[in-house]
Amino acid sequence: MNDAVPRHLRVPLALLTAVAVALFLLPLLGVVCSAPWSKLWTQLRSGAVHDALGLSLISSFGAVSIALVFGLPLALWLARGRSWLRTVVRVLVTLPIVLPPIVAGIALLLAFGRNGLVGAPIDRWFGWSLPFTTAATVVAAAYMGLPFFVLSAEAGLRSFDRRYAAAAATLGAGPWRRFRTITLPMIQPSLRAGLLLCWARALGEFCATQMFAGNLAGETRTLPLACSVAMEVDPELAIGLSLILAVVSAVVLTLLRQGWSPQR
Amino acid sequence: MSLQLQFGLTRGSLSLDLALDVADGETLALVGPNGAGKSSCLLAIAGLLRIDRGHIACGGERLDDGTRGAFVPPERRGVGFLFQDHLLFPHRTVEDNVAYGLRARGHSRREANEQAQRWLARVGLSDRGGVLPRELSGGQAQRVALARALASEPRVLLLDEPLAAVDVSARQSLRRVLREHLRSFAGPRLLVTHDATDAFALADRIAVLEAGRIVQVGSAAEIGSRPKSRYVADLVGLNCFRGTLHDGRLTLGSGAHLVVVSSHEGAALATAHPRTVALFLERPLGSPRNCWQAEVLAVEGAQGSVRIQLGGEIPVVAEVTEGSVEGLGLQVGTRVWVAIKATEIRVEPE
Repeated sequence: MNDAVPRHLRVPLALLTAVAVALFLLPLLGVVCSAPWSKLWTQLRSGAVHDALGLSLISSFGAVSIALVFGLPLALWLARGRSWLRTVVRVLVTLPIVLPPIVAGIALLLAFGRNGLVGAPIDRWFGWSLPFTTAATVVAAAYMGLPFFVLSAEAGLRSFDRRYAAAAATLGAGPWRRFRTITLPMIQPSLRAGLLLCWARALGEFCATQMFAGNLAGETRTLPLACSVAMEVDPELAIGLSLILAVVSAVVLTLLRQGWSPQR
Repeated sequence: MSLQLQFGLTRGSLSLDLALDVADGETLALVGPNGAGKSSCLLAIAGLLRIDRGHIACGGERLDDGTRGAFVPPERRGVGFLFQDHLLFPHRTVEDNVAYGLRARGHSRREANEQAQRWLARVGLSDRGGVLPRELSGGQAQRVALARALASEPRVLLLDEPLAAVDVSARQSLRRVLREHLRSFAGPRLLVTHDATDAFALADRIAVLEAGRIVQVGSAAEIGSRPKSRYVADLVGLNCFRGTLHDGRLTLGSGAHLVVVSSHEGAALATAHPRTVALFLERPLGSPRNCWQAEVLAVEGAQGSVRIQLGGEIPVVAEVTEGSVEGLGLQVGTRVWVAIKATEIRVEPE
């Protein structure tokens, strides 16, 4: 491909490329260089950070669990055929990916809030409402993260050669055994990629969470929210938290690339 | 335990209707052009394709009669299936592939893997148990698939073009392995193939399927001598010679011999297409290595070309044009010289 670039354009193109790389590299360098490395350890051991980290783990892994329990059946249904109903549902599932998170937060509130579509009757009958609870952070994270898992799992299921399951059936394996021992292991790369994307999206979720779950320390204040709060009062802490999130994201990306790289 | 097929199904442009019985210990080859419905027939027997009419039964047990209540799902049919592209599970080792059916039937892991080892030894692959299927050659993969199908102790064995995806060099040894195991398998065996040699080498009886209908059923000799359609004549209507090969000479049961081009020694199956059998009124000059006199037993026209059935020590069928029938004055009773070039005879070791 490089041979196709005329010689006199090589230098300008290299400069433009360098600017693009800098755009990605510099923010990360900023975090690493400004991080209060000496104080980092004591910072990260503070109760507030622990709470935020714990809540982030709960909301992100909660979202992943919801993806597995509810998202996988949904993906199986979507992959089973083609119909207008499936198309409509697929659009619904895809929507959170493109929806501005603030809109997602408002929409969740309008559905599950105390005066919301489902929230109001639940509040009336059970005297309980979802928003501004830890459970709400899970729901917000799941809403934003689930689409990545469902679409990835559906793609994996659609490209799965069902004749392998047929071969397993002729060997005496019933539907559940076929699914467990053949289908799931064979679509595992898609599932893993979907789960990691879902988890990363849930971990970084900020806007919808703040809107729907609020920003209550020890209750709904996840790492990104704690980060935003710290930026106002203790910028060094914000940088430390950012560093954690950046490291975690880098680890996820590394795992993802392994999941995505072509099988040997 | 015999397999009774009397069913029909319609899928898209395919309309399949057939009636066939396959006895215990019998191998029936189902041959026919692409799209004739051969594979659909196997899928229906295995329960991977629903039938629309008629019934499929095995040893008196109804497996499917087109109604919802009678359908026995594939995992409860005990029908072993060998697929053209073997479909070994790519994420399981060879041994776990072979053990899969036993595990599905409730055997313990240890017992299943011990049996799998034994089956791998029987197909000559006991040293490959630990590798993943992608490390196997095509011929090895198909042998593993055979071991996997047989290890789950099926009542019926179905083979869908088992040799088609295997390269020529591995085909002979695979064909030998297949024949050994087909012989030792007690239940009905149904083999789909488009290769006449495979059909002759492996099957006791041949059924020809064209456009969803059985056009002819019979032994290789019957079909070879009296093909009922152009397709059968072209594909199955081969001259077939069984004998013992020594030093390039194939000695037949009758004591007659044919000169062939092969370095193989021992039992062999030779085939020659009727078009390659030349007829002369006088002994031909030149180089044909196989040349003998024979009497015309029958003259049958089959759309443009004529099939001449010849008797004698080496009964063969020749296919000639209508013009040469007139030119040679061929009719029942005519004595002619028969010649087959050694290079036109295809030899498969048995």
